Amino acid sequence: MANYLPFEEPISLIEEEILKAKEIGANSGVSTSKMVKDLEKKLKTTTEDIFKNLTPWQRVQLSRHPDRPYTLDYINAITGGDFVELHGDRNVKDDKAMVGGFGTVDGQSIMFVGQQKGINTKMRQYRNFGMPNPEGYRKAMRLFRLAEKFNKPIVTFIDTPGAFPGLEAEERGQGEAIARNIYEMMNLKVPVICIIIGEGASGGALGIGVGDKVVMLENSWYSVISPENCSTILWRSWDYKEQAAEALKLTSTDMKALKIVDEVIKEPIGGAHRFKEEAFENVKKSILKNLTKLQKMDPDKRCEKRINKFCEMGVYKGK
Amino acid sequence: MGWFTRKKEGISTSTADKKETPEGLWYKCPKCKAVITTEEHKSNLHVCAVCNHHERISASDYFELLFDSTKGTEFARGITAADPLEFKDTKNYVDRIKSVQEKTGLKDAIRVAHGKMDGDVIVIAAMDFRFIGGSMGSVVGEKIARAIDKAIELEAPLIIISKSGGARMMEAGLSLMQMAKTSAKLNQLSEAKLPYISLLTDPTTGGVTASFAMLGDVNIAEPNALIAFAGPRVVKETIGRDLPEGFQYSEFVLEHGFLDLIVDRKDLKSKMSQLLRMLKLEKAQKEEE
Repeated sequence: MANYLPFEEPISLIEEEILKAKEIGANSGVSTSKMVKDLEKKLKTTTEDIFKNLTPWQRVQLSRHPDRPYTLDYINAITGGDFVELHGDRNVKDDKAMVGGFGTVDGQSIMFVGQQKGINTKMRQYRNFGMPNPEGYRKAMRLFRLAEKFNKPIVTFIDTPGAFPGLEAEERGQGEAIARNIYEMMNLKVPVICIIIGEGASGGALGIGVGDKVVMLENSWYSVISPENCSTILWRSWDYKEQAAEALKLTSTDMKALKIVDEVIKEPIGGAHRFKEEAFENVKKSILKNLTKLQKMDPDKRCEKRINKFCEMGVYKGK
Repeated sequence: MGWFTRKKEGISTSTADKKETPEGLWYKCPKCKAVITTEEHKSNLHVCAVCNHHERISASDYFELLFDSTKGTEFARGITAADPLEFKDTKNYVDRIKSVQEKTGLKDAIRVAHGKMDGDVIVIAAMDFRFIGGSMGSVVGEKIARAIDKAIELEAPLIIISKSGGARMMEAGLSLMQMAKTSAKLNQLSEAKLPYISLLTDPTTGGVTASFAMLGDVNIAEPNALIAFAGPRVVKETIGRDLPEGFQYSEFVLEHGFLDLIVDRKDLKSKMSQLLRMLKLEKAQKEEE
């Protein structure tokens, strides 16, 4: 059973009608094919209308859509299942909110790492809602180093509401773990591509977000804080999340304009959750295109360029 | 029944007979409530003489404390916040900046200067909590970048004094990227083999903890400073129970392995000089070989 967001309601109604029309056709023998065709046309235009003018808050909702593909969905689709997940940070434990391992795409092996969310209540808890602990970031770094040792490129998938703000997380140095990753990722001698596929919340996202190319899916968001928390702090109430989403300029279009991300991957009209295969294909194409370019560069030059890119970020006046 | 009973009701001292105390002459420690004169408190470097509570001090106080004779030479003074996002919450970001600038006399939440510390050239970047909670936006990031460039130019060690609530929300994605920018610049400093001492003072939280503050070659904290990624209130909400005593304060953070040492304010200069001297000695020996 598909899930629908409030603004997707019109889509759900038409889809229901189509199903009914098909059912009548099958049961009564009366031809409903014209009716189905008309409805499908209507579905297409309605979807287009809705997705043409999405507000920032609607995009935030889409980024969290329960049917939206998660990190392992992308990895499995892109590698065609030729993927070996590797576990543990060799220190504390295996963080289920951060997954990673080697996979192959078009005959070359790639290290994939990303935050993982769960598909139902039980799995969401198991994955800690995609909120890694310090060991998650250290596991990611261990895998990055492994990739570097064998000269394999790295692709990260970012999808997190933030790093976990728990007691043990603080004890084990959440801040240090993220800081270390940001610092070390600058100097990884292999190509690094980071793709924000859903939520890109703050340091928790940036902890695996330093790359030669940082790419965002069209209906994902990336910012220093979630709109809800921003609303709570600045307006002292949760009710201003829509305004906060506007103010934070967190959409892919805004982030590209601010030169914080390098590229936006178009999603099929209707969203990645409705046309998953197409979304997987777009992501795969983007990865291969960027890898081809990055692999031609000298490793030291590539690091230098990566460092310089981040050094130039920020907008200020005067000198 | 009390030991003493008041014979006359109410206060009987006439206003004329009351002793006047001018404002600002006394300092009351917020922690142990001890009262001392402001002058004495100042000569104690704003540290309570009774309980060793380290009061928050300004960037210029740190310059005065650490540089030898003068306050050092401040640079990159003209950099101020722009408002690329045209951010507006209950107040326009530009107006907020302007009013804080007027109130504090500061340009932004950090000042950078070079000078001499115990005779050796040093670059110091000091944050100031009075400016929107010491929050890090593009200006803080850029000034740290300039401080690193200056350290490389002068072949001098760098000290960054952190005192911040984290990234500045009003610059959203841009402030998040300052975590990356400062970490990228620290790679360049490391490449130049120049030492970086991170001094964490009360409070150091959020995006500052999750970037340059935790990346020192040596991490030093003042006593009893709050050092956290997620603040205590957020952690308490997450776990739904009370936090252990001392949670996220310097001593706790040291015990968990994320600080090299805790140093009293009065010893900061000598301890840091001592460390830097040791780092330099080793370098000089290598050069001779």
